[in-house]
Amino acid sequence: MSAVPAQQQQPLRRDVKDGIVAGVCSGIAKRYGIDPIILRVVLGAATLAGGTGLIVYLLAWALVPEQGGRSPSWARLAGRRETWLILTGGTFLLLSMLLLLREWGLWFSDAIVWPVLLAGGGAALIWRQSAASAPPAEPEPAAPVRTRPDRPADPLRALRLPTPALGPAAIGAGLVIAAALVFLWLNDALAPARDVVLAVLVVVAALTLILAPWWLRLVRGLSAERAERIRSQERAELAAHLHDSVLQTLALVQKRAGDPRAVANLARRQERELRAWLDGGRPDPGDSLASSLEAAAAEVEETHGVPIDVVAVGDAPVDERGAALVAAVREALVNAAKFAGGAPVQLYAEVGEERTEVFVRDRGPGFDPDTVPEDRRGLRESIYGRMDRHGGRAVVHSAPGAGTEVELVIER
Amino acid sequence: MTSVVIVDDHHLFRAGVRAELDGLVDVLGDAATVEDAVRAVLEAKPDVVLLDVQMPGGGGVEVIRQVAARAPAQRFLALSVSDAAEDVIAIIRAGARGYVTKTISGTELADAVRRVAEGDAVFSPRLAGFVLDAFAGTASLPPAEVDPELDQLSPREREVLRHIARGYLYKEIALRLSISQKTVEAHVSAVLRKLQLSNRHELSRWAVERRLIE
Repeated sequence: MSAVPAQQQQPLRRDVKDGIVAGVCSGIAKRYGIDPIILRVVLGAATLAGGTGLIVYLLAWALVPEQGGRSPSWARLAGRRETWLILTGGTFLLLSMLLLLREWGLWFSDAIVWPVLLAGGGAALIWRQSAASAPPAEPEPAAPVRTRPDRPADPLRALRLPTPALGPAAIGAGLVIAAALVFLWLNDALAPARDVVLAVLVVVAALTLILAPWWLRLVRGLSAERAERIRSQERAELAAHLHDSVLQTLALVQKRAGDPRAVANLARRQERELRAWLDGGRPDPGDSLASSLEAAAAEVEETHGVPIDVVAVGDAPVDERGAALVAAVREALVNAAKFAGGAPVQLYAEVGEERTEVFVRDRGPGFDPDTVPEDRRGLRESIYGRMDRHGGRAVVHSAPGAGTEVELVIER
Repeated sequence: MTSVVIVDDHHLFRAGVRAELDGLVDVLGDAATVEDAVRAVLEAKPDVVLLDVQMPGGGGVEVIRQVAARAPAQRFLALSVSDAAEDVIAIIRAGARGYVTKTISGTELADAVRRVAEGDAVFSPRLAGFVLDAFAGTASLPPAEVDPELDQLSPREREVLRHIARGYLYKEIALRLSISQKTVEAHVSAVLRKLQLSNRHELSRWAVERRLIE
């Protein structure tokens, strides 16, 4: 036999290369290991006798993806708004064509053609669904999910089935069932069944009335149990986090109790880390000016052991100018930490619509800005120079005994 | 000496504040729950209540609401590690006359308590930043929807708040802006009034999101 197992594994694809029109016959033939000629003859015959073959072919064309990874024409079109207009128009066109064929006598009988059409459409939808190797993964939410202990994630969310996979399959199944019913009805096979159906419906209704409360209770119980499980999972996660962070820090604090500066440093770092964790979906330092400034302050604080209080009003994405500003602010913070003698440093940033302003203030001894030696590269190059190059400005306000404030302004 | 009641659900923290304020202000009592706090405050009638923002059973906001129903003149100063803007704005809108973070030193805290007792508002740099943020949205609104008396900060008020956020003390701000310290205090009190009375959506947005107020 020519059917190679490896080929059997492949999902159904239209084979445009070896095909004649759109590669439908060739694709199906390859997938199931049949000679395409047989399929073509069958389709041709079906087309002559009532147009069914043509319909099936067109449906397969639209629904079966092309070899080589492109999505089916159907999926490419479905996103567009006018697709639905075209679809409706196409359906009417098809109907009129069929009625024309029916008028001419190129027709089996109503009892066969209509059900076959419906069943063909439905089956195509279902097959397309199962042929896809895996259902599309649900898109991950862009921001990390907030895991604040007081707000557990919606427990029902996990219960839901992935909806995108359900739609087409349900429509397909509906079409196939409708086809079966139409077929039976047109062949008068339903008449004896009608009484049975009535009886079954009555029994089902009665059973529903009896069992509904029990079933509802079961469902509620299940979701309650699930919510409880999620809650205990969150508790475990919280415990793990506390163990990894807070408890470790407390152990370190006990060990280094003799060194107040180290203890204060440890406490600040832990505080910052916990805050970030509680805040959850904070943007990465790479994306947000305020977060970048906070990260720079945290780093300087850790290296130099001087507390830095950060207040930020407004926020913006970090562009090239923003990055230069953050670098200059960092240098100003380092200067403040070095020369302010351990006094707290205040960082204030205001991101406005026209400009961003940052103030770095310390309560150190201060100095006379005019007497700074030329070789103080930190101030000259890293602050003044950098701000100049990016169209901003830097001003240092200081006087002996009055602390220092560095003002950095950059247009946005 | 100014008298205070300390309300905080952490025993260690209450003990720490007590020790730090010892000799600087008169600590009349402390409480760990909303219920105890309301009772202690109504009994002791301190000049100022030092109030934690986050507490079980409704937090500092609930204490203010229950006390204000029976003693509307009682003054509160919020003292918290909580950084969340919505919590801080909510407790100020509930009636606290200031907000300082728990990292403040004992002498600074005693000074803040005295100022609140005298009727001033006490803004830490962090609170000033939150308030500037809260009022920032009103600048772009059509003038018809804004009540400038309540919904917008005057340029001078903004300038004062910006200086507070930059770490300047009231007397330093007075010097820099060439106004008296009393005028600085008047500006800050005006901001506090606007913060508490404005109905602007932007101010209550955080609180509503967290369902802190109805």
